[in-house]
Amino acid sequence: MKATSELSRRDFLNAGATVGGGFIVALTVPEIGGRWHSAAAAATAAGAPAAGKSIGQLNAWLKIARDNSITIIVDRSEMGQGVYTALPMLLAEELGIDMRLIRIEAAPVGDAYINPGNGGQVTGTSNSVQDAWEKLRMAGATARTMLVSAAAKRWQIDPAQCRVSNGTVVNAQGKVLTYGELADAAAKEPVPKELKLKPKSEFQLVGKSQPRLDTPGKVDGSAGFGLDIKLPGMLHAVLAQSPVLGGKVKNVDSGAAEKMPGVHRVMVTSSGVVVVADHFWQALQARGALLITWDSGANVHLDNAGIHALLKKTAAAGVGLSARNDGNVDSALKSAKQSLSAAYYLPLLAHATMEPMNCTADVKPNGCDLYVGTQVQQVAQAAAATAAGLEPAQVRVFTTLIGGGFGRRLDIDFVPAAVEASKALGVPVKVIWTREDDMTHDTYRPPAYEEVSGGVDAAGKVVAWKLHITSPSITARMFPPVKGVDDSVIEAAVNNLYDVRNLSVSYSRQEIGIDVGYMRSVSHAPNCFVIESFMDELAAAAGKNPYDFRLAQLTNKPRQRRVLQLAAERAGWGKAPAGRYQGIALMEGYTTHLAQVAEISIEHGQLKVHKITCVVDCGQMVNPRIVESQIESGIIFGLTAALWGEVTLEGGRVQQTNFHNYRLLRNNEVPELDVHLVDGDAAPGGIGEAAVPLVAPAICNAIFTATGTRLRELPIGKQKLQKA
Amino acid sequence: MISITVNDQKLNVDAAPDTPLLWVLRDHLGMTGTKFGCGMALCGACTVHVDGAATRSCVLPLSAVGGKSITTIEGLSVDRSHAVQKAWMELDVPQCGYCQSGQIMSAAALLATNAKPNDADIDAAMSGNICRCGTYPRIRKAIHRAAELLGPGAPK
Repeated sequence: MKATSELSRRDFLNAGATVGGGFIVALTVPEIGGRWHSAAAAATAAGAPAAGKSIGQLNAWLKIARDNSITIIVDRSEMGQGVYTALPMLLAEELGIDMRLIRIEAAPVGDAYINPGNGGQVTGTSNSVQDAWEKLRMAGATARTMLVSAAAKRWQIDPAQCRVSNGTVVNAQGKVLTYGELADAAAKEPVPKELKLKPKSEFQLVGKSQPRLDTPGKVDGSAGFGLDIKLPGMLHAVLAQSPVLGGKVKNVDSGAAEKMPGVHRVMVTSSGVVVVADHFWQALQARGALLITWDSGANVHLDNAGIHALLKKTAAAGVGLSARNDGNVDSALKSAKQSLSAAYYLPLLAHATMEPMNCTADVKPNGCDLYVGTQVQQVAQAAAATAAGLEPAQVRVFTTLIGGGFGRRLDIDFVPAAVEASKALGVPVKVIWTREDDMTHDTYRPPAYEEVSGGVDAAGKVVAWKLHITSPSITARMFPPVKGVDDSVIEAAVNNLYDVRNLSVSYSRQEIGIDVGYMRSVSHAPNCFVIESFMDELAAAAGKNPYDFRLAQLTNKPRQRRVLQLAAERAGWGKAPAGRYQGIALMEGYTTHLAQVAEISIEHGQLKVHKITCVVDCGQMVNPRIVESQIESGIIFGLTAALWGEVTLEGGRVQQTNFHNYRLLRNNEVPELDVHLVDGDAAPGGIGEAAVPLVAPAICNAIFTATGTRLRELPIGKQKLQKA
Repeated sequence: MISITVNDQKLNVDAAPDTPLLWVLRDHLGMTGTKFGCGMALCGACTVHVDGAATRSCVLPLSAVGGKSITTIEGLSVDRSHAVQKAWMELDVPQCGYCQSGQIMSAAALLATNAKPNDADIDAAMSGNICRCGTYPRIRKAIHRAAELLGPGAPK
């Protein structure tokens, strides 16, 4: 396969010597700019360096040192999804090195690390592997070609007579040179203009389960999360934020707190009142002694009933902005043999990452070092710069391992307080949120009110589909401006995978007064709940089996049909044991295809989920073992949301505070999971979010079969269930 | 000064007696393998062994552990050679990894008193440890695997 992709025209691979000796392969991306173009990178990237010249570490992907150490720079944040293994595998595949010898370094802020799929240096939308798929294999191939050239020159033979093996170049006479021995010479070789990437048949690593490179540190306690940062002279801090969301500090009486042991400072920051002490526990005790008067702001009457009513009212006021409009949906609805309408509602959800929000800042007169688990390095850099009164280029971002992201760390609301406190005290400061802070000041998954109508013809084909979604816009707050429809609300609905000739999707934006954020399976979870539930409603109206009904709407969709058929086959669709009921659901998202079957029972009004079968076709897998774990992870995340997930507000305060009243699935509550991965040849699809959305509709479809009751609101746990 | 024994080392700690053991370990002794998750003994991220028993260190005051023997993830083995750690690596259990110190300490305490736990035993011992990534199926498999590694005639 020749790499003559769009990527190679657009991008520019560099390679050269490092200041301290050795060899660096870097990539500059001259034509990607826009709003994400980081000031730091712009200031440093003084044109593309020619081969042989010393180049900085900015934009590097790979460093080979004289001591044979090989460092791979990973530009996506590791939050459990496996990028610190999968991305190095792509590079190692072409470079011909032993995975176990690789050192991983988190990328700094740099334009080369911009994710074209997201327009910034962002770990999100499940596309890390998709983005890296060609890029990192090309980086590996570039380095390999230059190392081989250097070796061939040394031996005075043709490069074709050399091959690579485990970090060495060997020739037909059995002579061996290590990459470290060749590093300096390789740096002087010309950067190859054309690269040949391995075909699938020659893959040594890709497609084969490899041990995760981050596992050892995660079994002995040495893995470094943001919470674990230690810097000389560092102080610890906690933050008091307005109990009513959106409120501000009016007045603080900190007299008692300041006298408490270990306390260095109490100060008002842009995020609330910060208490800085020698140790976390001292800061927390002192926070308890603060007397703060809050200006509670506009949300003092905000509650769930009000939010629900507001969305419903806006939905009734008009159809909103059109996101897709095929055929003539209104006339098709009228002429359909059967048509029906329903309204669905999705609640606010909390991310509830196990590692609470935290950030460490070290502000000096001319710069700031930021140690943070972030999914958005450039945004964190900009936020720190603003808080410190510095230029973005003066802020270095050190990305730590992330103790759960799920989209929560696409926000940077935990950054400014640490920076402001460090600047004021002149020492490094780590701000840690308590669980209660985290739960009551999340940027919650937005609620959505979704009205749907559909029509079926006499042959059982869906001939009309109309979906109107009313919800706040996340993107309008986080990455403004949004022109027209916010894709993050309606994407999955727009990409409806069934053949429906008359289809419309529209969006009414209705803000609710509090910040909402991206959460794992952003539009897919709410959209697919509605789509896959309502498909069953239409099937029931047409008197069809939900599985057959779906298959009938999938013309020329081999991958979709295959996952659906396999899921039905593996789950024994239609052959549930006595007292058990099944529900099925299908999705296409993140370039991945999935189907799930839930098997449930209901005894004395109690739902029990016995089994989830999930069939996944994500195209070419890089590390099947990680794909499988991500699918299991998504199902369990989806189960928590489906069964219990709901954040409630009263008087603008979040009522859930900790794990006793925001319930997460526990080990003893996991149903049997049957995950089946289809070995595909298509380009890799995303797997971090894909398995979440189908859990709720599959279970609700099974509940309908069991009870005849259609649940159109989540969570399931708050509904009364009665067996038919 | 309060004297405590952590990972077989006798240490003097200058912290208020009401300071939870978790923060003594993390802030005073620099042992950050034990994690803060909830502060209310609800999630198990802070699990350590106190005289061999799995204990939530986030609600255990320093004053209560004087004279007791504490083991943290750092002291479970010096080289990841504990059967639980081996099994965890063999099955690649961790995802984000944040809760795993606590999961491993709970699993190790279970296996110390029950060499061959069945699924119900695992349910009982592990339901106090939350994993938001959902590594539960692999945790279960890894505990069974660790039991095999520890069993009679198992390869050391």
